[in-house]
Amino acid sequence: MYVELKNINKSYGDFKASKDVNLGIEKGSLVALLGPSGSGKTTILRMIAGLERPDSGDIIIDGVRVNNVSPSERGIGFVFQNYALFRYMTVYENIAFGLEIKKMPKKEIKARVEELIELTGLKGFEKRYPNQLSGGQRQRVAFARALAPNPSLLLLDEPFAAIDAKVRQELRSWLREMIYKVGITSIFVTHDQDEAVEVADQIIVTNKGRVEQIGTPKEIYKTPDTPFVSEFIGRSTLIEDYHKLKGFEKGDYKGAIVRPEFVEAFKSDNKVFSEVMDCSEEGVVTDILFRGDSLELKLNVNGIELTTFRSLERRKVEIGEKMRVIIYRLYAVDDEKAYLLENQELKDKDIKNRRLEAYLYSSDGYFVV
Amino acid sequence: MSKAKSFKGGRVIPGFGLSFGITIAMLSILILIPLASVLFQSFRLSPKDFFEIVTMPNVLYAFATSIGCAFIAALINCFFGIILAWVLVRYEFPGKRIMDGMIELPFCLPTAVAGITLSKMYSTKGEIGGPLYEWFGIRISYTHIGLIIALVFIGIPFVVRAIQPVLEKLDSQYEEAAYILGAKKLTTFSKVILPELRPALLTGFGLAFARGIGEYGSVIYISGNNEKEHTQVISYIIMQKLNYLEYESATAIALIMLIISFLLLLFINIVQIRQSRRVSNV
Amino acid sequence: MAYLKGDERKELAIKTTRRSKPVVKWVLISTSALFIFFMLILPLVSVIVNSLKEGFDFYFKAISTEYVKAALLVTLLATVITVIVNTFFGIMASWLLTKFSFKGKQFLATLIDIPFSISPVIAGLAYIMTFGRSGWAKPVVDYINSTFGTDIKIVFAIPGVVLATIFVTFPFISRELIPVLNAQGTDEEEAASLMGAKGWTIFKRVTFPHIKWALVYGIILCTARALGEFGAVNALSKTRGETFTLPLEIDALYLAGSADSITASFAVSSILVIIAVVVLILRNIFEHKSKSM
Repeated sequence: MYVELKNINKSYGDFKASKDVNLGIEKGSLVALLGPSGSGKTTILRMIAGLERPDSGDIIIDGVRVNNVSPSERGIGFVFQNYALFRYMTVYENIAFGLEIKKMPKKEIKARVEELIELTGLKGFEKRYPNQLSGGQRQRVAFARALAPNPSLLLLDEPFAAIDAKVRQELRSWLREMIYKVGITSIFVTHDQDEAVEVADQIIVTNKGRVEQIGTPKEIYKTPDTPFVSEFIGRSTLIEDYHKLKGFEKGDYKGAIVRPEFVEAFKSDNKVFSEVMDCSEEGVVTDILFRGDSLELKLNVNGIELTTFRSLERRKVEIGEKMRVIIYRLYAVDDEKAYLLENQELKDKDIKNRRLEAYLYSSDGYFVV
Repeated sequence: MSKAKSFKGGRVIPGFGLSFGITIAMLSILILIPLASVLFQSFRLSPKDFFEIVTMPNVLYAFATSIGCAFIAALINCFFGIILAWVLVRYEFPGKRIMDGMIELPFCLPTAVAGITLSKMYSTKGEIGGPLYEWFGIRISYTHIGLIIALVFIGIPFVVRAIQPVLEKLDSQYEEAAYILGAKKLTTFSKVILPELRPALLTGFGLAFARGIGEYGSVIYISGNNEKEHTQVISYIIMQKLNYLEYESATAIALIMLIISFLLLLFINIVQIRQSRRVSNV
Repeated sequence: MAYLKGDERKELAIKTTRRSKPVVKWVLISTSALFIFFMLILPLVSVIVNSLKEGFDFYFKAISTEYVKAALLVTLLATVITVIVNTFFGIMASWLLTKFSFKGKQFLATLIDIPFSISPVIAGLAYIMTFGRSGWAKPVVDYINSTFGTDIKIVFAIPGVVLATIFVTFPFISRELIPVLNAQGTDEEEAASLMGAKGWTIFKRVTFPHIKWALVYGIILCTARALGEFGAVNALSKTRGETFTLPLEIDALYLAGSADSITASFAVSSILVIIAVVVLILRNIFEHKSKSM
């Protein structure tokens, strides 16, 4: 493990920002600290940087306990949420600052800054001041500035928060690409699950000062460990009477979480589903919302409200229309853990139709038909 | 290892110890210890003597004059302060920048110069006092009215400068919303704008009031310092005691004033903290 | 408190102007103009008119007496020392109060503001009670004098005048810097510190450019107040021609009561009035500069 946190606790007055946090990050990985605001993700990042001190526990970077090492000697680069660019320095001066502090010879500074400006595509902007740059350009400068002294660990605090939604998408892939190019171990904080899933190869989900789960985006998405993760990731609705749904039996759970992609709704004359028609139950369309690339249907099934997406390519549906509904699977939760429950009736069925089989067992199946 | 040690404090930005030490040391040596001496000296008096000194008729009258006039002046300043701030923030007209600049004059003009000038202007032979006396028989210099005018002069920048930034930040959408809802101009002002201004207005009032109670240079000429007409202010009494080397009396009276100013300062600070909390909650 | 930027504030003004009734607008503007004219402009004019009552010859004679020259020197000395001390304090205190959070911060800020709300006469009294004949620090000063063979006097001497001036203008510079530093936040300093920059480098390269104009403005304001301080100095300075400052000289001339001496008093005042007007103009220039950034 390149970065390790062991039994970290941290409080601000009565507020516990970190409760017994343990985590490890491997060299060369790109990790997202994901959680709602106030979940303690930023505190973890700031403690690794040395901007905050843990009340107890050890922080280890590259095998060395760094609790008492000053931030500037931990070999980290930090990109602040609003970039904290020096407003009275030009782009060039901003990037050169860290190198000047390290008393690098002028020539080498010039070479390094030029290299970074080239890398980040900021050529032609060297003499500009931060307030003459766009949000995306500022982020590039902050990135270049953090990388200039050749840190071995890059920390980014909500790197996309200050950027317009449209540019954000573009910057995500840019940043991911850059980090792989440079090959630096990186940790970034975000509250946006799309961002975490898209950019990171390892996600650490935090909630109320605790680490809930650590895993690859796919693991987090497909096999959530805890009720919090299953509800936080994806578009989830918590229902209590899950046993009223066809194919599920009541267990010792508090409730269950259903995601739109777990719900299939089709018209009763749909030939594709004829084989599984007897696994379905009736649902009434209560609302239809246009989502741009798809429709969002609200269905009342046995008194339970469910949501599903429907491709625009499929036949038209109307409010009040009676449809057939199958729930493939759901996450049952108790106080501690989340458990994946498959639809029992569907599982027991021996499906002959290859196409339907492939469809039913692909997680994003609803775009296939 | 020394570097690791210096990090023990856990603060990333350097200079806490240094700036804390210097700030506390300078504040103590230059301000707090001298003020504590006043406190200390006044404790040498027995409670009975202390009470006797501060309840002497001329002292009580001086307190009444200082506090009363400062209060009235601060009220007048609130009235004109709102109008001035409003005009300076909300209207565009020729000469606005000069007007805005002039507000600060009382900050920059030495109080003694303001004092003798106002005293002369408002005397029965002065530029303003003359006509007023001839036509209406009103005397201003050497009366409470004169005193109040001097305190209005001193206090106006405090009120205007407290309100102006709040008024600027007050989005005009706010008023437009009230306007669209059908509120009349005056209702909009009293129901929407005035409550928003209240903390700033209180701060400005408090500062002008505090300054007015302790004011010396600008009032001692125009007030006339007449014991019978109760135009002596409290600062004048302290100065008088100092000149007669009656240090015990001076410290006793000063102590009461210190308490008053400290309470006012506390009040202003509480208002400001509340205000910043409210703003940050929005 | 943060002000609006130039163009934003103009927009706000124009918006309101367009919407409001012209009658209300002009009533309010003329009320303001009258107030400013009678309360602020007329006194300025009055000083100049009064000072020139006896003609220019008299004016120049009045402002070049030995007393005035001595007073001018004392005033300048006190002002220079005051500005240096208060600038140093202002930078330290505002750094402390804006870059760190600690217990009792608000209370400390209130303590620093004390000189704002205290009668200047009490400032004078406080130093007399500390260093005067019955003051507790008197033995300390005596001890220093007897050990080092010096003859330091504080009360009723130049050091007292300087101390009183420092007291009265103590919070001026920190008051100007604190809002600017608060608005700027702490993350630029944190970033610099993370890169290993030390205190002085951070201040010089990162913080100072932000507060430059506010500092200049604070120094100007502090200078103006120091030049004009009267009450506190009045309590601590008793010798005309030696420890008198310009405001005390003005007071002495005015209280002498003869028509000539009153005119002379206004003549000396006019020097300070001119300085005040220059300060006002500079203030407007620098305030504009600091806001436009």
